[in-house]
Amino acid sequence: MLGEWILALSEWLLTLTQGQEPWDAYARYLPRLMDGVWVTLQLVILSGIAGFLLAIPLALMRIARSPGLWMLAYAYIFFFRGTPLLVQIFLVYYGLSQFESLRNLGWLWTDVLSQPYWCAIIAFTLNTSAYIAELFRGAIQAVPVGELEAAQALGMSRRQQYQSVVLPRAFGIILPAYGNEVILMLKGSALASTITLMDLMGATRGAIARTYLSLEFFLLAGLLYLLMTALLIGAFRLLERVYNAHQHATHLSVKKLDAQLRDEHLEQQVK
Amino acid sequence: MDLQGFGHLLLAGTWITLQLALTSLLFGILLGLLGAAAKLSTLAPLRWVASLYTTLIRGIPELLLVLIIYFGLTELLLRVFDVYVEISAFAAGVTALSIAFGAYATEVFRSALQEMPKGQKEAAQALGLTPWQSFYHIQLPQLWRIALPGLGNLFLVLLKDTALVSVIGLDDLMRQAYVAAGFTKLPFTFYLVAAGIYLLLTIISMQVLRWMEIRANRPWQRHAES
Repeated sequence: MLGEWILALSEWLLTLTQGQEPWDAYARYLPRLMDGVWVTLQLVILSGIAGFLLAIPLALMRIARSPGLWMLAYAYIFFFRGTPLLVQIFLVYYGLSQFESLRNLGWLWTDVLSQPYWCAIIAFTLNTSAYIAELFRGAIQAVPVGELEAAQALGMSRRQQYQSVVLPRAFGIILPAYGNEVILMLKGSALASTITLMDLMGATRGAIARTYLSLEFFLLAGLLYLLMTALLIGAFRLLERVYNAHQHATHLSVKKLDAQLRDEHLEQQVK
Repeated sequence: MDLQGFGHLLLAGTWITLQLALTSLLFGILLGLLGAAAKLSTLAPLRWVASLYTTLIRGIPELLLVLIIYFGLTELLLRVFDVYVEISAFAAGVTALSIAFGAYATEVFRSALQEMPKGQKEAAQALGLTPWQSFYHIQLPQLWRIALPGLGNLFLVLLKDTALVSVIGLDDLMRQAYVAAGFTKLPFTFYLVAAGIYLLLTIISMQVLRWMEIRANRPWQRHAES
């Protein structure tokens, strides 16, 4: 369905750009581009989820009182946010082979650490987790004090407070920003093509290398990336609606709430 | 640190990276100003073009943009005008990075312009200033102060995005690290050194930005104290 639609669109593009007939090229390389789309989506989804899971302990370390813990998390976040993603990918894919001990790890080396697919996922996960951890840190500190006090009053242990009040609440707060981060990850995932991975960007460059139809295939790739971006934006809006349903329902009556119980986060939305 | 004789190459690459970032910043700011002006224009077609620009550019990977400019533009000129123009990697990099920076800067400038008190514009109008005069003399000088934090973040992103231009063969820091890693068979060492240099550039930029923000806010600080 999507494939047919894109085929129709590319026909149209074709008539715009030139009168020749790269029909065969289209028929031949479109399926490969679609395979590339699938690889790109896998990269984004897998590293999006893994990065999220890694970000939680990182954020908790970042706000810990022990200097050893927070300095470690701070250095990690600073490194991954302060250096280009391309350097990070190359560090994982090319860099790791410098260590003899890693190359002797058996299947872990041959099937994971030397494979471009897993190297890309590892690099993206490490990178995105640093950004998400920073979002989480802000959100945890933005959870209204009243809710923590309420949890304390109910006799919850610290662990329970975090598990059932702070973290779920922080998740709701970062959700829109997390969506932005996933979209940045989608755009960053094109870098996987530099380590020979056949994601959408890689498949596109492959098709151009064989057909010389650079304009057509670049535009087609751009269109597919835009479609994926739109898809992700839609998915996150939906998730936002479902997860933060309480905010959407009380949207207009926030001002009527008790000023002491009302949290600033809601108030800002009304403004 | 000599780094097996590759130290000076990395430094030369760093210089190219800096040139690329600063040139793109200049053109990107210009594009951003134009974009914001178009977005707030009373002419609907201008608004549409600006919206199309920001939506398209923010939805496609920067790497794709770099490749489109470097390979696609040559192809387009060849087909339409039948002339072969070779675009240098640096020019293509500056073009692509400026376009990307401009799309995000458009939003920063737009919200900064909207944040400005409406009374000032009306006062300028009452004094008989043309819209351009009012923009140039009243709004633009204040714009920097409001837009500075947003632009600063975008510059840090731009600095890291310069690494993408190494893919089309520009001898920037990233590419020099790649070459050195290939020669010496010490990829981890060289990419780590490159990462360290990028980190250093980031730290320096952050300090400069902080200094600029303090400077830009000076008149307001003084006002608050008295």
